Amino acid sequence: MDLDYTSEEKAFQQEVRTFLKNNYPKNLQDKVAKGVALKKEDYVLWQKILYDKGWIAPSWPVEYGGTGWTPTQKYIFEEECGVVNCLRLTSFGLVMIAPILIKYGSEEQKQKYLPDILSSDTWWAQGYSEPNAGSDLASLQTRAENRGDHYIINGSKTWTTHGHYADMMFALVRTSKEDKKQKGISFLLIDMTSPGISIEPIITIDGLHVVNQIFLDNVKVPVENLVGVEGEGWVIAKNLLQHERTNIAQVPRSKKQIERLKLLSAKEMHNGKPLLEDSFFSAKIAAVEIELLALEMTCLRTLSKISAGAASDSISSLLKIKGTEVQQKITALLMEAMGYFSLPYFKDVLIDGWQDEVPVGPEEAACLAPHYFDWRKTSIYGGSNEIQKNIIAKAVLGL
Amino acid sequence: MNLEFTEEQVLLQDTLNRFLQNDYTFEQRQKLSQQGIGYSEQNWQTMAEMGLLGIPFEEEYGGFDFGATGLMIVMETIGKGLVVEPYLATVVLAGQLIQNASSEAQKQTLLPQLIEGNLKLAFAYVERQSRYDLSSVTVTAEKHASSFSLTGKKSVVFNAETADKIIVSARTSGNDGDKEGISLFLLDKDSTGITMRHYHTVDGLRASELSFEQVEIGLDALVGELDNAFPVIESVIDSASAAICAEGVGVISQLRERTVEYLKIRKQFSQPLGHFQVLQHRAVDMFMAEEQMRSLAYLASIRMEGGTRSEQIKAVSAAKVYLGEARTVVGEQAVQLHGGIGVTDELDVAHYYKRLTMLNNLFGDRDFHLQRFSQSE
Repeated sequence: MDLDYTSEEKAFQQEVRTFLKNNYPKNLQDKVAKGVALKKEDYVLWQKILYDKGWIAPSWPVEYGGTGWTPTQKYIFEEECGVVNCLRLTSFGLVMIAPILIKYGSEEQKQKYLPDILSSDTWWAQGYSEPNAGSDLASLQTRAENRGDHYIINGSKTWTTHGHYADMMFALVRTSKEDKKQKGISFLLIDMTSPGISIEPIITIDGLHVVNQIFLDNVKVPVENLVGVEGEGWVIAKNLLQHERTNIAQVPRSKKQIERLKLLSAKEMHNGKPLLEDSFFSAKIAAVEIELLALEMTCLRTLSKISAGAASDSISSLLKIKGTEVQQKITALLMEAMGYFSLPYFKDVLIDGWQDEVPVGPEEAACLAPHYFDWRKTSIYGGSNEIQKNIIAKAVLGL
Repeated sequence: MNLEFTEEQVLLQDTLNRFLQNDYTFEQRQKLSQQGIGYSEQNWQTMAEMGLLGIPFEEEYGGFDFGATGLMIVMETIGKGLVVEPYLATVVLAGQLIQNASSEAQKQTLLPQLIEGNLKLAFAYVERQSRYDLSSVTVTAEKHASSFSLTGKKSVVFNAETADKIIVSARTSGNDGDKEGISLFLLDKDSTGITMRHYHTVDGLRASELSFEQVEIGLDALVGELDNAFPVIESVIDSASAAICAEGVGVISQLRERTVEYLKIRKQFSQPLGHFQVLQHRAVDMFMAEEQMRSLAYLASIRMEGGTRSEQIKAVSAAKVYLGEARTVVGEQAVQLHGGIGVTDELDVAHYYKRLTMLNNLFGDRDFHLQRFSQSE
């Protein structure tokens, strides 16, 4: 047993490091480091750089534009991206819909959509949740009526992240009513410029606009936009949840945030010495660090199993739960570290940073409380942590 | 990066599991624990025959050189079976002190005997005031022309009753709390001036209070360098901490397994307890703690095998913190989920819980290691 990378892996690590050093834009690095909100053009800028390098889609099969990396290489890439504060790529196109199209899509669909996903020329959104279908996703009610060469869609989708940027949305819709709610669900691709679609912003707890509610009023979708078989969309939806699982824990990013927490708390004074040196506060940091260390090892154990050819599904729910718990604890400590200066609220600073203005308190303070509040979402989205526990109870423990 | 067991390690694990299945039912364990010397001499010989006593030692002394990860595999089984034989005392603590500190001559005489099962050892280092501070040593060893004279008291010495020899940490210079001035001595148990008071521990093992009154020992009883034993003691205690974290993984796995099984068979309100979501989620918490604990136990052993000193301290303390927390998340929860039967002496769950609880109080508890982790570089 060992934790060392092979010499080939070390060479790869060096290659990634050098590439990031030379190509990751300084202003993005700065924005991510300070927790300033990212705009569409920020994502597109970085994704196009990765696209040009051929590194935009590590999880795709090589013939569609993937990198052919081993699981360990993918992990190394994520690790190095974490170190330099790379922005998290927008996942709806690259990580979610593309693998679905590759597995279930028609040849025509693949040719039509995959190239533009790869080059970040289309922006995708996810149409899963509905006002009355959250954790109980299969109870969704958005209807799609088959009219021969097209469907007519009526209903509403919500929590649509970056829906206001989106050109396309993949959505789960009900094409028939069956005895089981998981049946009769179909997987459709919807052009966001179609007549009958309207988008309402949802302002989240941090005061920002990232998610939306989408209303579909007699929206016409051609039948060729159906993915897979009509009525069998639930299988596809479940499959989607199985992609990219070791990445789900976000260990490299949390490590970076712990580093940041130490830097920031070293600058705050408490009882005449740096807060970081306060035994009570540093013990709280240590407790999170230990949970993260355990999580990192659990990821590496999973990675080692995958590399040895074993399945890893049973562990992904744990990675999601522990990963989000760690992230949330760090955001709370970052906020606590700021003391009074976690209070002042400047919405424009969340969006653009301080620019030429003199900061109130520590420069990074303004983003930390909003970030803490915003990050509560992580244990709610992607299958809430309680749903993840249900999954473990059933699938792993047999309860 | 590879975290899979080698073929040799898988083989070791299989052998150990067979040993548990054939010779180590819970009833047998309880009987051993309560009677006579507190364990089975025959089991000890079986363990010697299986090669378990040679796991961490170099091949030239008859060992297998399986390192800390080898110890980890053995200790996990010891946890699974609540094994009562003095493996921790003889092999992990005293044996490794000899391997790491002793002269070549001492190693040549002692290690082969130990590995063959003919020499049992104990390590006396705890004192009334020391708590978890390894530099708090007040037992004194006064140097005379051709001997040392040992005076003072040691507490909670595991398996001293059946040990042939005892390694004692003693102050040869400086003051209580100084890291310098501590030395190790190897004593015959029946040396004149030693009195012992033997007792059972809460978790079914044996320990003793030792009192030394001007115990005369030869100069050759010194283990390692005079005045400079602290680093080797600290590193062996770290190795033992990593080892009991692996033992903890074994204990935790059994608590989790038994609790999940119980939730499936125990019916209340006309349905298995496992149908209640509130109980399902607690079982999941136990499962997650088990996986995370296993990860940290791996890390601690891997670092003990090849890491820098600072990596070792970080990894061992992290694992020990988690082990301490498992007392609540896994131990207390296992008892709670079993209901009334969980607090009976009859059920093995109570005994796994007791061992898990006591592991926290060995070699530094959760708070001690949290502080150590946070202050280490």
